[in-house]
Amino acid sequence: MMLSARNLTIGDRLSDISLDLEPGSITVICGPNGAGKSTLLEALSGLLLPDTGTVTLNSDLLADMEGRTRARLLGYLPQTHEIAWDVTVRSIVELGRLPFGDRSAAPVDTALEALDIGQLADRRAQSLSGGETARVLLARVLAGEPRWILADEPLAALDIAHQLALLRHLRVAASSGKGVVLVLHDLAHAMNHADRVIVLDDGAKAADGKPRDALSPKLIERVWGVPCRWIGEAGGQALVTGPSVTQS
Amino acid sequence: MIRATAIFGGLLAIALPLSLLAGRVWLDPATTPNAALILAELRLPRALLAIVVGAGLGASGAAMQGYLRNPLADPGLFGIAPGAALGAVAALWFGYAAAPFLLPTFALLGAAGAMALLAAIAGRTGGIALFTLAGLMVASLAGALTALAISMAPNAFAMSEIVMWLNGALTDRSWREVWLAAPVVSVGVVLLWRAGRALDALTLGDAVARSLGIDTSRLLWLLIMGVGLTVGASVAVAGIIGFVGLIVPHLVRPLTDRRPSQLIVPSALAGALLVLVADSAVRVLPLVTELRLGIALSLLGAPFFLWLLVRMRRGLA
Repeated sequence: MMLSARNLTIGDRLSDISLDLEPGSITVICGPNGAGKSTLLEALSGLLLPDTGTVTLNSDLLADMEGRTRARLLGYLPQTHEIAWDVTVRSIVELGRLPFGDRSAAPVDTALEALDIGQLADRRAQSLSGGETARVLLARVLAGEPRWILADEPLAALDIAHQLALLRHLRVAASSGKGVVLVLHDLAHAMNHADRVIVLDDGAKAADGKPRDALSPKLIERVWGVPCRWIGEAGGQALVTGPSVTQS
Repeated sequence: MIRATAIFGGLLAIALPLSLLAGRVWLDPATTPNAALILAELRLPRALLAIVVGAGLGASGAAMQGYLRNPLADPGLFGIAPGAALGAVAALWFGYAAAPFLLPTFALLGAAGAMALLAAIAGRTGGIALFTLAGLMVASLAGALTALAISMAPNAFAMSEIVMWLNGALTDRSWREVWLAAPVVSVGVVLLWRAGRALDALTLGDAVARSLGIDTSRLLWLLIMGVGLTVGASVAVAGIIGFVGLIVPHLVRPLTDRRPSQLIVPSALAGALLVLVADSAVRVLPLVTELRLGIALSLLGAPFFLWLLVRMRRGLA
């Protein structure tokens, strides 16, 4: 079930973006602040209608799709961790079942177990730590068993252990055939965990391809204005930045 | 929800017969002369009207707090109550109030006007901020026109009648008001109840609700209609009765799992109980003239609101 965008333009935030995303892999969208990453993710989720251009899921236009049908296929996780009321973890995760009009225990329990938060099911939202909240909100997406997971900065506010754990969960989801699209600021995570990286700059695609190609030091310097180089082995690389790194 | 519904339903079942007996003259069905007539024509319609008005205000308060994701929201803030009050004041101003049904009809027209304005301004986009601002604008406009009507009242009697009516009361209400308000409020409560799951989804924010397939424009329409019918009908038969919609969800929330959908029905019951008890209390108080119900609930509600603010400041709410 391919997710495609054609000539997507939204105000002055995105201009003429076209891409085809394959399920079963992790695609990371990177770019400086204001590059249009969240706008692209919202458009791919069907939450933002483009001024011109189209988003299609297996050649069905998202704009024409009924809200519930779209919600069963695309799971969207926003950047904010808003939980307005002090509800239980289980009732948050059960919201993932809303497009199906049920509160089936099995997918909810599976999602809770997948993120290792089964023991938190009866806890109240306000008693959760930042890391627990992030996992609960991702579990809400998984409970809807969507074909695609689109998450905006899911690693923000998480410590390194929780970041790696969340990335492992997303890799498991991708391996099971789901499409995973992430907006990430951390270029090292993008380099080490993505199958494909799309770099946006000022609303346009600056690079699109394998992480080592899309995130070359040359491109990072051009887009972010930061001299840098990669160190370490493939799958565990780190980005060293600063004016002197290119000479060393 | 089941626990809260049972508790408030049970308390209401106890309070209703007691309220029928309570008053300046305590009724003893065995000895009081014309007890059956007093019960059937005065106390029963008044008690039922208190239940209808309270249920509408309680349910709309729960729905508004859920929609705005704010425990300090009150349906009175959003222009429908002032709109209905303006309609009623117009009826009083023109001297139509003596004719049966004209005052509540004017009030319902005022509520409908406020709803139409809200829908015209905020209905298409479905944005919460725009809705709130539109509500405040409608409330402010209706308030200003009401003040204008008072200041230009044709005579002192009309002015006093308007001011007294604005304070809200269930004094001297009859079956006529019950038959007018009950169906309208019932439809309103059902609409708000139907919005429940969408309000649950809004717990995680507007974007998540939309990503879960919630049509936020339809939700806004449901709320405008639901709050409009419940609050409009309440103001039409009882005048302005504030704070019920603010207080009641806070009494109910600890008895539920705190999902907005679980608050609507118990809040209707708790609102009914609160207005019934408050109306019985103002009848029993040994004052020269009966304390207006709207004033009594404001005297109760304002300190509660302050307590809520202090509690929120401490991060406990």
